[in-house]
Amino acid sequence: MSPAGTSLLDRLTEIEEQGLAAIGKADSASALETVRIEFLGRSGSLAEAFGGIGTVEPELRPRVGQRANAVKQALISAHTHRARELERSGAPEGQAEHDLTLPGRHRWAGAVHPVTRVIDEICDIFSELGFTKIRGPEIESVWYNFTALNIPLDHPAADMMDTFYLDEGVILRTHTSPVQARVMEEYEPPVRVVVPGLAYRRDSFDPSHAPAFEQIEGLAVDEGIDFIEFRSTLEHFVRRFFGPETRSRFRPAFYPFTEPSAEVDVSCTVCGGSGCSTCKRTGWITIMGCGMVDPAVYENVGYDPEKYTGYAFGMGPARIAMVRHGIPDMRLLYEGDVGFLEQFS
Amino acid sequence: MNVSVNWLRELLPGLSEGVEELAHRFSMTAAAVESTDSVGGALEGIVVAQVLEADPHPNADRLTLCRVDAGHEEPIDVVCGAPVVEKGALYPYVPAGATLPGGFRIESRKIRGEMSHGMLCSEAELELGRDKGGIMRLRDGLTPGQSLPEVLGLPDVRLSLDLNPNRVDLASHVGVARELVHESLAEIVLRDFGGPGWSPEWQDGEREVSAVGMTVAIDAPDRCSRYLGAVIRGVTVGPSPAWLTGRLLAIGARPINNVVDATNYVLFELNQPIHAFDLQTLSGSEIRVRAAMAGERLRTLDGEDRTLDPSVTSIADRDRSVALAGVMGGEDTEVTDRTSDLLIECAAFEPASVRATGRALTLGTDASYRFERGIDEHGLEAALTRCVELILAVAGGEAEPKGIRVGATVTDLPAIQLRPSRVKQVLGIDPGPDEIERLLGPIGFERQEPLEKSAEAGTSGPALRFQIPGWRRDVTREIDLVEEVARRFGFENFPHHDRRFRPSAVPDDPAWSQADRVREFFVARGLVEARSLSFMPEQHRGNRAEVAVPNPLSAEESYLRAALVPVLLRRAEHNFARGRRDIRLFEIGTVFGYADTERDAGEPGATADGTERFHEQLRVGVLISGERDPAHWSTESEDLGLWDLKGLAAEAAERLCDATLEPVPDGNAIAGRADAWLDTERFRLVRDGKTLGAAGRVRDAAVDAPPWGSSVWAMEFDLASVILERTTAYRPLSTFPAVRRDLAVTVPLSAEALAIERAIRGSASELLESIRLFDVYAGEGIDEGQRSLAWAFRFRARDRTLTDQEVDADMTVITSALEEQFDARIRTT
Repeated sequence: MSPAGTSLLDRLTEIEEQGLAAIGKADSASALETVRIEFLGRSGSLAEAFGGIGTVEPELRPRVGQRANAVKQALISAHTHRARELERSGAPEGQAEHDLTLPGRHRWAGAVHPVTRVIDEICDIFSELGFTKIRGPEIESVWYNFTALNIPLDHPAADMMDTFYLDEGVILRTHTSPVQARVMEEYEPPVRVVVPGLAYRRDSFDPSHAPAFEQIEGLAVDEGIDFIEFRSTLEHFVRRFFGPETRSRFRPAFYPFTEPSAEVDVSCTVCGGSGCSTCKRTGWITIMGCGMVDPAVYENVGYDPEKYTGYAFGMGPARIAMVRHGIPDMRLLYEGDVGFLEQFS
Repeated sequence: MNVSVNWLRELLPGLSEGVEELAHRFSMTAAAVESTDSVGGALEGIVVAQVLEADPHPNADRLTLCRVDAGHEEPIDVVCGAPVVEKGALYPYVPAGATLPGGFRIESRKIRGEMSHGMLCSEAELELGRDKGGIMRLRDGLTPGQSLPEVLGLPDVRLSLDLNPNRVDLASHVGVARELVHESLAEIVLRDFGGPGWSPEWQDGEREVSAVGMTVAIDAPDRCSRYLGAVIRGVTVGPSPAWLTGRLLAIGARPINNVVDATNYVLFELNQPIHAFDLQTLSGSEIRVRAAMAGERLRTLDGEDRTLDPSVTSIADRDRSVALAGVMGGEDTEVTDRTSDLLIECAAFEPASVRATGRALTLGTDASYRFERGIDEHGLEAALTRCVELILAVAGGEAEPKGIRVGATVTDLPAIQLRPSRVKQVLGIDPGPDEIERLLGPIGFERQEPLEKSAEAGTSGPALRFQIPGWRRDVTREIDLVEEVARRFGFENFPHHDRRFRPSAVPDDPAWSQADRVREFFVARGLVEARSLSFMPEQHRGNRAEVAVPNPLSAEESYLRAALVPVLLRRAEHNFARGRRDIRLFEIGTVFGYADTERDAGEPGATADGTERFHEQLRVGVLISGERDPAHWSTESEDLGLWDLKGLAAEAAERLCDATLEPVPDGNAIAGRADAWLDTERFRLVRDGKTLGAAGRVRDAAVDAPPWGSSVWAMEFDLASVILERTTAYRPLSTFPAVRRDLAVTVPLSAEALAIERAIRGSASELLESIRLFDVYAGEGIDEGQRSLAWAFRFRARDRTLTDQEVDADMTVITSALEEQFDARIRTT
């Protein structure tokens, strides 16, 4: 390498080192300006170095030029940064950086919706038990929503008061259970599925009701599934989801599409069972409706009710999320308030 | 349904459990006990008092000066504010020094100049009922000074039951007691009323019976299967005895008078609704069960004037409707203080007809609740007898010895077969025939001989037959009996066995994995997930009409959303209204539309059920606005801008959908509804020429943003377009150093950055590792109509350190390509 090129590259390195050091030491705007003129001014040392590029051998000129530009960029950037620091701190040199109690810099944190998290955890537990995850339409026929599930149309649940009708025989599904009938029509056993999704009821939007809300449906049908398996499986789920110390109880209930039918209560996760406002002083929170699939449903979907048995269950993940996080008003879940949602990051 | 524990203990003398245990046992085997509340637990010191004298207060119109006998030697002066105080009558008396249930202590004090030593009180003041109209009149025959709670049978505990809709039989005390017996229903003992008995001679007729000076007819047999009537003459209507009042108060029912209270007592005891008419008010001494006539009017007991129509079933006399069958009586024929003769109605109205009546008049009562769900048709005679005997005991009078009974003869109780093998198959337990009988017998299921000996013997023994009691109309199939076995066995007593299972034959729906990918992507970039309701007010822009909800909750929710961004814009406005400026939401949700018949025609062969007219789809919506990063003291904040949106959208397009983001010139339509919210800075997500979604700046008119808000940016795309099978092939990393070169060119404004980049990549060799645009400049030093673009290049080889010559060769090719294609001029420093 030629003497002119080498010496100019050395000189550039020297300018960079000295310049950066001087900028870092400048403890006032005026001191910084003096440094700027010395290195970056019209007749400063960097301008001088640029002037020297003309004396370098032509084949080395691009490389030297590039280096000169890089040094210039580095000094300008350091100067800008230092100027901003001095402006902001107004304090004597160096203190801002050395006060380690100053708050650090954050990025926005993302968050999954608390109801999504509940749905995912529930589905994950059932996935370990051989259940697959499917879905079904929200616009549903009266047949799948009611008739196939053994719900007579004059049943209170099918009442015009509770259901959003879209057209003759077409409604917004009032529960995720119609997917039970759909999946059994399409597949032969073994059927083991969970079905998260939205359901709709004509309930006005208030602290404990929403006209659209999440449900998780579950269905297991095969030869040889009995009440013992049903209850053991769901109790396993309860312990996995709510924790091993949680107590649970199966109470008799009624659903037109299961028989026997049960409701599952868990000991209140807020008060531990001693009674509080969350559990309405009963010590128990109802989390699930379930039962052995009614033979009438099998007949409606073309299964042999003498051959196959199984169980179905339904849960409301929104209510579970409310209990879990102590959320007092269901509307908070659906308002899209960033201040609410980012609490769950 | 409310249940009095004292009442229950009277019915079941053998019941030894405490209230807690009782409530638990019932919850676990029959129906949930929602709450247990003490009734009349704070009435100590309150006694029965008789008013000896009642005179107007000299200084106040509405007050009465009373002198009462409260069991002490000396009468006591009490000032009373009730509208009516009867001389000689008995009332509850709170002496001075005692406390009302609410905690209010009664003291001797002067009221308008007259001393008052205590208080006569109403049901409401004693917290026994809702009646605050006047002081609580007690039945004659009590002794002044007797403890009030004692004569009322208090304190008591009220159980509030949450009944399952199939178990209406539990809506009565005997019904509840049946579930609690240990060995047999014989353990249940009905209260002895102490009055005369009544064993009527029934006068039967299929449609009509005339007897005891009455005619009763069923003109609408499809609405009423049986109608039983009894006539009692010469009753004295007045307050009920305290025990009866106490029972009704304990379950929260309102005492009215002895006759009405008697009918209600039997309702809550045996579950049979009974109605008493004032016989003398019935024209023609006639009762007909018939369809109401259109426009017929009736004032019901609640004081409402109602207009009937033929869907309503009415009880009529010769001239008019006098009651709503199975729902409510009429005011004209109600039992009053002046009533002396009664017709007692005990009927079986058809569930559908009572439901129709209730629906037509939007009216529900204790009676209609039971009729709608089905009462025990076999229990009518017993219930009517019980009611007549109670009225005779508490209101006197004489019952006609003949009872009227109209309607079809009651059918035999059905019997259902139960295979022990079916019990084993469904429940997994195998109790065997005797144990099954032991479980079902006590609640009224009687084991019978099988019809034929051969009847389907299984491995667990031959089939059993059980007769179904009349109050269990919900039990109609073998599986219903299986449920009874499980319930009586106790769900809690089933053993635990984890069973082996076969994995599901049903495949996972890919949408859930697609949703997971989308969630992971946006959460990693600092966005929060929203879940909005699916409803929207009508939107007038858009290519397709939104799906209308004919029976919406409100006009604001009268359509189903056809896109997510408009819903997220409403969520943004909610945030603005709360003073939040920094918004970063994403949502995965369903959008709805009417099916485009040609495009979305249902699967071939699918049955048309009406749903094929509609279309629904999962989509992803994104909305961002406000600061790019949370404010920090060290830097000035900057708002999210076009390049933030473009970067996010392009990355989402590429990584999630394998798609590219293309600018869309203003004036060109984008996919469907995005035009409703997109402004001039707009893009579309494209894959294989198909538009998957849109992104860009939200137009001002589409969002109600405050002046302090910043620009709103949004994106929406199909969830179905998210790629799941993308497996990234590893590219070997070079261990040799990279060579960096910069290139600045001046090009006409018409030359687009993307085209130039493509040209660069197209002309360079494989040594070009990456290019990055680092400067865009127009203005001083650059000719009008031109701009300067500068890129940083990185060259690298896998197998060697590159020489300057190799890189220079590539740079030369690139520069000439740009000069040629874009009329670019190379800028030199």
